[in-house]
Amino acid sequence: MRTEDLIKALDADARSEAMPLGRAWWLAVGVAAVVAAAVFFTTIGPRPDIMLAMHTMRFLSKFVFTLALAASAFTLIGALSRPGAASRRAKLWMAAAPVLVVIAVMLELFVVPEADWGRRLVGSNSIICMTFIPLIGIGPLAIFLSVLRYGAPTRPVLAGAVAGLLAGGLAATFYAAHCTDDSPLFVATWYTIAITFLTALGALGGRFFVRW
Amino acid sequence: MTGKDEAELSRLLRAAIAGDEKAYADFLHRTAALVRGFVRRKIVQGGVDPEDVVQETLLAIHVKRHTWREDAPVLPWVYAIARFKLIDAFRRRGRRIEVEIDEIAETFAEPEAETVSERDINRALDGLPPSQRSVVSAITVDGRSIGETAVKLGISETAVRVSLHRGLAAIAKRFGRQ
Repeated sequence: MRTEDLIKALDADARSEAMPLGRAWWLAVGVAAVVAAAVFFTTIGPRPDIMLAMHTMRFLSKFVFTLALAASAFTLIGALSRPGAASRRAKLWMAAAPVLVVIAVMLELFVVPEADWGRRLVGSNSIICMTFIPLIGIGPLAIFLSVLRYGAPTRPVLAGAVAGLLAGGLAATFYAAHCTDDSPLFVATWYTIAITFLTALGALGGRFFVRW
Repeated sequence: MTGKDEAELSRLLRAAIAGDEKAYADFLHRTAALVRGFVRRKIVQGGVDPEDVVQETLLAIHVKRHTWREDAPVLPWVYAIARFKLIDAFRRRGRRIEVEIDEIAETFAEPEAETVSERDINRALDGLPPSQRSVVSAITVDGRSIGETAVKLGISETAVRVSLHRGLAAIAKRFGRQ
């Protein structure tokens, strides 16, 4: 087949329409949030004292971290799913959540006596945390990988990893409403492990599932 | 040259997405020539036929045109797809190469004419289900229009359009999966 002939076919198919990628991402995030909420509320649900907890800095700070992660990952994945799109600034923003966590950890180490560090780090929910963040995040991750497939990431493994971070940020936001371990020491340790697992899974998905 | 290409090509693609088939044909011809120049300069050793990469790139551009933002420049988008497909072509043939990520080099991509030989795309076409294959080859190899193809095959124009769309998507996917 000559290229000339191929162009005839592509031109004849010009009228076929597809949803713009930007809209697909917003739709995906909406659906993913619903899926995550469904898993969350049918399994662990919010902690009983959530109204009281909302008045504490430590509880609220968890949402700052997780939402910062989700928002920065969402911006970056949008750029990574488009060929030739600039992603440098979005990559820099990925540092926001880790930097906030590091600052919170330093403040925590400053205000909490050394004897308490270990107890706060270990907490009482580490196993639940490492189970439920991946469990809540796996559905969203599958959705995000599908959108990556619908897009055209020229670096599929990296894009898949960012899909894992986005799913992790979303899942951790829900999980944070359940967890009673509010210390940044706990969050920095166990949330990170759980989200890293989703990130690795996303990278694998990017490698084997996102082909175009 | 590049500045003019950019303005002209983005105008054409915008018009094409808005439904102007003439503009789309124009866009594809000019893009094919640019991509051909780009790919030929990058392939210095044998093993990969530049025209195969041109065709894969055009197909990818077609099935992924919803990934272009209408307010973004079109040339970086086109070249990023071409580079991805070029690396893919080498990887498929078991060759590891470094394609320089060199923006300046792209400004020297001059439009070039195609050469004829046996194509990867023919093999992909042969792998399609018969209904899609007959529609795609009627339009490409025989050069028929949608209407003529519908009459020849005795099916509706809508059915032709659906088969064509699915056939092209399947060929593009086959290239991606290899």
